[in-house]
Amino acid sequence: MPVLEQSSDVLRQFCHGDLDAFEALFRQHQGEVYGWIVRIVRDQAAAEDLTVETFWRIHRAHARFDPERSFGAWARRIATNAALDHLKTTRRETNLPDDLASPPLPDPGISAELRRKTASAFRRLPPKLQVAATLALLEEQPYKEIAESLGISMGAVKFRVFRALRPLRKELKRQGVES
Amino acid sequence: MNEQDQERIGRLLKNSLPPIGAQVGAELRSDLWPAVLRRIDDDARPTAVPWFDWALLAAVAAWFVFFPGAIPVLLYHL
Repeated sequence: MPVLEQSSDVLRQFCHGDLDAFEALFRQHQGEVYGWIVRIVRDQAAAEDLTVETFWRIHRAHARFDPERSFGAWARRIATNAALDHLKTTRRETNLPDDLASPPLPDPGISAELRRKTASAFRRLPPKLQVAATLALLEEQPYKEIAESLGISMGAVKFRVFRALRPLRKELKRQGVES
Repeated sequence: MNEQDQERIGRLLKNSLPPIGAQVGAELRSDLWPAVLRRIDDDARPTAVPWFDWALLAAVAAWFVFFPGAIPVLLYHL
């Protein structure tokens, strides 16, 4: 049986609430979903919890899924919403960890203090702007993918990135970093 | 803000918050399927009503039995 045909069978079975089909889709997409979430929340433990949350939401919404469309894109959109909800609830309580790994080769022209101030200003951005800027500027994901995952147009993504940079520049200026 | 400004702030951001996706990848540290199943089971289980709610319901029912005149008063205020 061709792989594509088999895959569309799995999608149809998933739509009807088949748990085995759901497990097959989970096994196939869990890494991709986790990788997408970890890019947004920058925390491996939180990303694992949010991967579980995402697949639970996917299971709950199985009847609404259109088997003619891409499961991966649908899962990424649900994952983005789960990550956004997480950022909304945690941003005021704790600082997001950014220390999974140190910068591979930090620019010697940029001081540690400046990096700290920039990171701190970035974390204070509204989550919607922070997500768009993280995916576009830090993770360099294609705008098309970001737009699909946020459920907005590519133009709207670019506008969000622009809106994220504006207060960031203002904040850096206030801290005496930008002229 | 012009394009040069955008590029400069973008570069500064990258130096301050290095990309994580490429370093962490899509490798999970453990199998999350049991956790997903647990979450689905928890959702399917009917939620238990706390004892306090039952006590409150009993108190209201008893109040209506002993003071039926209170029913129209309560309905008026709803």
